Amino acid sequence: MSTISRDEVARVAGLARIDLTSDELDRLAGELDVIVQSVARISEVATADVPATSHPLPMFNVFRADVPEPSLPVADVLAGAPASEEGRFMVPQILEED
Amino acid sequence: MSAESTDLTRLSAATLADKLTAGEVSSDEVTRAHLDRIAAVDPAVHAFLHICGRRALATARDVDARRAAGEELHPLAGVPIAVKDIIVTKGVPTTAGSRILEGWVPPYDATLVSKIKAARLPILGKTNMDEFAMGSSTEHSAFGPTHNPWDLDRIPGGSGGGSAAAVASYQAPLAIGTDTGGSIRQPGAVTGTVGVKPTYGSVSRYGLIALASSLDQAGPVTRTVLDSALLHELIGGHDPHDSTSIPEPLPPLVAAARQGALGDLTGVRVGVVTELNGDGYSDGVRARFSESLTLLQQAGAEIVEVSCPHFTYALGAYYLILPAEASSNLAKFDGMRFGLRVTPDGGDGLAATAERVMSATRGAGFGPEVKRRIILGTYALSAGYYDAYYGSAQKVRTLIQRDFAAAFEKADVLVSPTAPTTAFKLGEKLDDPLAMYLNDVATIPANLAGVPGMSVPNGLSDDGLPVGFQILAPAKADDRLYRVGAALEALLETRWGGPLLERAPELATAANSPVEATR
Amino acid sequence: MSISTHGPIDLIDYDEAVARFDPVFGIEVHVELGTKTKMFDSAPQVFGAEPNTAVSPTSLGLPGALPVVNGTAVEYAIRIGLALNCTIAETCRFARKNYFYPDVPKNFQTSQFDEPIAFDGYLDVELEDGTIFRVEIERAHMEEDAGKNTHVGGATGRIQGAEYSLVDYNRAGIPLVEIVTRPIEGGGARTPEIARAYVRSLRDIFRALEVSEARMERGNVRADVNLSLRATPESPLGTRSETKNVNSFRSVERAIRFEVSRQAALLAAGGVVVQETRHWHEDTGTTTAGRIKSDADDYRYFPEPDLLPIAPSREWVEEIRAGLPEMPVARRNRLQGDWAFADAEMRDVVNAGALDLIEATVAAGASPASARKWWMGELARVVKTTDGELEDLPITPVQVADLQGLVDSGALNDKLAKQVLEGVLAGEGSPQEVVTARGLGVVSDDGALLAAIDEALAAQPDVAEKIRGGKIAAVGSVVGGVMKATRGQADAGRVRALILEKLGVEG
Ligand SMILES: [Mg+2]
Ligand SMILES: [Zn+2]
Repeated sequence: MSTISRDEVARVAGLARIDLTSDELDRLAGELDVIVQSVARISEVATADVPATSHPLPMFNVFRADVPEPSLPVADVLAGAPASEEGRFMVPQILEED
Repeated sequence: MSAESTDLTRLSAATLADKLTAGEVSSDEVTRAHLDRIAAVDPAVHAFLHICGRRALATARDVDARRAAGEELHPLAGVPIAVKDIIVTKGVPTTAGSRILEGWVPPYDATLVSKIKAARLPILGKTNMDEFAMGSSTEHSAFGPTHNPWDLDRIPGGSGGGSAAAVASYQAPLAIGTDTGGSIRQPGAVTGTVGVKPTYGSVSRYGLIALASSLDQAGPVTRTVLDSALLHELIGGHDPHDSTSIPEPLPPLVAAARQGALGDLTGVRVGVVTELNGDGYSDGVRARFSESLTLLQQAGAEIVEVSCPHFTYALGAYYLILPAEASSNLAKFDGMRFGLRVTPDGGDGLAATAERVMSATRGAGFGPEVKRRIILGTYALSAGYYDAYYGSAQKVRTLIQRDFAAAFEKADVLVSPTAPTTAFKLGEKLDDPLAMYLNDVATIPANLAGVPGMSVPNGLSDDGLPVGFQILAPAKADDRLYRVGAALEALLETRWGGPLLERAPELATAANSPVEATR
Repeated sequence: MSISTHGPIDLIDYDEAVARFDPVFGIEVHVELGTKTKMFDSAPQVFGAEPNTAVSPTSLGLPGALPVVNGTAVEYAIRIGLALNCTIAETCRFARKNYFYPDVPKNFQTSQFDEPIAFDGYLDVELEDGTIFRVEIERAHMEEDAGKNTHVGGATGRIQGAEYSLVDYNRAGIPLVEIVTRPIEGGGARTPEIARAYVRSLRDIFRALEVSEARMERGNVRADVNLSLRATPESPLGTRSETKNVNSFRSVERAIRFEVSRQAALLAAGGVVVQETRHWHEDTGTTTAGRIKSDADDYRYFPEPDLLPIAPSREWVEEIRAGLPEMPVARRNRLQGDWAFADAEMRDVVNAGALDLIEATVAAGASPASARKWWMGELARVVKTTDGELEDLPITPVQVADLQGLVDSGALNDKLAKQVLEGVLAGEGSPQEVVTARGLGVVSDDGALLAAIDEALAAQPDVAEKIRGGKIAAVGSVVGGVMKATRGQADAGRVRALILEKLGVEG
C-alpha cells in the first residue's frame, strides 16, 4: 500500500527545486514508500523521554574573533560563474520578490 | 616500465618515507612510478576522475631539491597521495562525482589539503566516488563506476571506491576518503585495504563538500595500519574554520600503531557486538571474523560479548538524518553561482526564470540516487513531518550513544565484521536501494555516535574476495584502533606470510601512456 | 503565484476606519550589526565596496565552506536583548531556514528558530505627547543578511519585466538581529504613531548600545509591518498582511495608515483580507500584493549541523549587562535636568531627533538654550523643507557652537549669523571661513559708523529735532537708516549709543 502519493512527490520536488520526469515521479513514489515505511520503525523507541542528539560530541560556544581577513579576489569569485556582468553574478530573471 | 618503478609502488608509505629520508630514492622517482602505474592500470580500474601529473611531479622535484639542500621536511614529504573528489582542491577540478559540478575549479583548498601541501606530499589526482558520496558501490558516479582490483566485474565499495581501489591496485600508497556511513571502511573491507573513520571532529571538514554535516568525517585509506596512523596524524587536529573540530590534540596514533604491531594485547578488553554478527552476514565473513577473534585472544586480549540493542534502529535513523541534511547541503547546487546551468528549452513559451533554471539544472545535473535522497530528505523535513522523522531519528542517536557508552564500560574496543558480504557484482543491487543500504549496517552506528572506526583486512571469503574486520573505539580514543588494528594485522600477516593484497590477481596493464598526461 | 492589485484601490478614510475597526499590529525589525566581519566568516564588512569584493568561500556558499560564529556578534545580540528587557537564553542554537532565492548563496539562511538568544522582553516607547506605551517583545534572534539583486532591463530596475538580475554577495552573511514584537493591541487611532515611535526608539537604542550605526537610509535598520483589523478589541484577531521593507520612520507610519484604510475598505464591503506579503511603495504611499502565504513558506527548519549550541554563561551575561551604556530614556531625563528644558521643549527636541546634536553642541561650548534655539529653530525649518533628518544636514554641532560663539562675542548679530549659517549649509566652510569669505563681520569702526549716522541725521532733520526734544523713541528710525546704509553689518546697539551721544541726549 502506497502512503506517499505521486502528487506528494511532485509537491516535494517543487520544494526541492528539482524537475522530475513523469517516470521519475512514478518510480520515486514507490521507492520513497518502501524507505519511509522501513524507517518508520524508529518511532518504536524514539519516545518523548529521550532527548535528541544533533551533534555527536557535546561542545558549546565555539566563537571566532571579529578580525577581518582579505576577501577572495573578485576574479576568483566570478571564475566559476555560469555568467557574470560588471563584477556580479548574472542570473535569469527573478519572478517574485521574497 | 622499469622493474624498479614497479617495486616502488608496492612499498608502504612508511617504507617510502624512510627511503626518501635516507636518500635511497627521490620523490620524483616515486611519484613517476605511481603515475606510470596509474597510466597502466587505471584505464581498467577507473579509480581516478582527474590526474594531476604535472603538479605532482612539480611537488616531487621541489621536495627533492629541498631535501638536497638539507631542509627539515615532514616525514611523509614526497610520498604521493590521492584525494577523494569530494575534497576541495584549489585550481584542480572537484566534482564530487556529479555532473552538476563538472568543470568547477575551486578557488580555495580544504584544510586537510592545505596540510598535505604544507607537508609536501605530491597529489596524484582526485578519486572516483558515488555522486556526492551517496552510495556503497561507486556505481552512482556520474563519470562511470570504479572496478574492484580483485575482480574487475565487482564493485570496490562506496562511496570512496576510487580511493580504496587506487590504494589496492598500487596506484597510490595513501589516499583520503570520507565516511558518512561507512564510505571509508566498507570499501576498505571489499578491496583488502585499511580504512579509518576518525572521531567526528578529529579531521577538519572545512573544504569537504558536505553530504550529512553531522556524520561526515574524512580519514585515511592505506594498505597498512601504520600508514593510516601516519596520514591521520598529518591531516588531523584542530581547525578554527570548522566549528565542530575538536580543540584538543590527537592522541598519539603512530606510537599506538607501533606498539600494537608488537602483537601483545594483554589486558585489552575486546567487545563483540551481538547485533553486528548474526543474520545477514555471509558464512565466509563470519568464519574470518571468528578466526580473527581467536588471534586477538591468543595475543592476550579478553573477549567479551556486549549488546547494543538500539543498533538495529541505526539504519532507519541514518536514512532520515542523512537525506534531511543532504537535502539542505545540496541546495546550493542550483546553477546560479558555479557549475552546471541548464536553461529549459522554452518550448512551453515560458520565460527562463531563475526558478525554472534552478529546477532544470538540478533535474538534469543530479543522478537518480541523489534525487531520491534529496526528495526523501525534503519530505522528512517538510511541514508536519519534522518531529516524526528527523526529530525521532535524532533521538535514536541518543539511544545509540547510550549503547556505546554502556558497551565501552565493558570493553576497550568493540569489534564486528565491517561489511556483511564480499564485493557484489556491478549492477547487482543498483535497482534495490534498500539492499544497497544494508551494506552499511555495521558501519553506520559509529557515524551516528561520532566514535572512530577502522576496517582491517582479515582474510578472503570462500569466493576468494577480501573481507574486513571493524574495530570501534570511544570518541577521542582513536589510538585504541591503531593499537588493536596493528596487532591484528601483524598476527594475520605472520599467519599468511605476507600482506593479503599480495594474493590479489595481477592486473593487466595498458600500453604506456605519457606520464604527465592530465585528464 | 501572485495576484496583482495594480488596479484602483478603494480606501476608507483613516479616521472612519479606526472608528469602525480595532487595529492590531506587529513589527519585525532587522538591524545589521556593526561588526568588522560577517556573522559566520572573516570576510570584511564594508559599506559601499565594489561588488563581490567582501566575500569568502563561506559567504559565497561555496561547496565545502563552513560557518564559524562571530563572538562579537553574539555579544551585540545579548546587548540588544538586555536593553529590550529580554531573558537571555541559557542555551540557544542556529537553525537552517531553507528556501531557494538567488541572493541566498546556500539556498538556506542560517537563522534561529525555536531557540532564540533573547526572548520575553518589552520596550517602553514614549509618544509625542509624552504618553508611555509598552511594546512587548516576543524574541530577538541572530541571523545573516542576504546578498543584493539588481534587476536589469524592463522598467526602472523593478523586478517586474526585468530581463535578468545581477547579484552582489558583499552583504551576504552580515550579522543581523531580528526583533519580533508580540501583537500590539490597544493603540487605536494612534497605532501608526506608536509604530513609528517604536522603530525610532529601537534605532536610538542600537546607537546607544554601539551595536550598529543604525542608518535607516543605508538599510542598516529595516522593518516589516504586520497589520490586522478586528471589529472590537474583544473580537478574535483578524487576518493580517505583512508589508515588507518599510525603511524609514515616516514610512512605517504611512504604511500602517494605508493598510488600515485598505483593510477597512475590504472588510466594510464584506470582503476578506488575504494573508499575504505586501510591498511598500514610497512614491505613492501605497502597498501592493506580493505572494500569498503558501507552500513556499515550508522552510523545513532544522538545527544547523555545522554549528554548535551557544550557552552564554550567566557571568558573561551579567558582565555585558553591567557594561551597558545609559539607555536613551534615562539619558534623556538626565539631560533634561542638566539643561533645564521644559517637558514640552524636551519632547520636541527628542521628536525632532535633535538630542544628540544638542548634546554635542553643548559639549562644544554653546549654552543649552542657544543650542536648542539653532537646532529647533533655523535648522529645523531647513529640514522641514527637505523632508530629511537634522542629523543629515551638512553642518556639525561644533560648527553650530562656533557660530553661537561669534554671536556671543559680538562679532555677529542674529541677522548676520543666519547668513553665516546659510553659507555653512551651502558648503562654504566653517562659520569663521564664511564670515571672512562673505565679509559679514559686524562693522565696529566708529569712524565709518559716524559718517553713516551724519548722513542719516541729515536725511531726517525733523527726527533729530524730536530726539533732542526728548522723544528718544524716535531714535529707532535713524538706527534703521544706518543699518540699511551698512547692509546690516553694524551692531545696532552701538549705533544707537553713538546717535544719542552725537545729539547730546542721555539714553
Ligand atoms: Mg521574519
Ligand atoms: Zn529575518
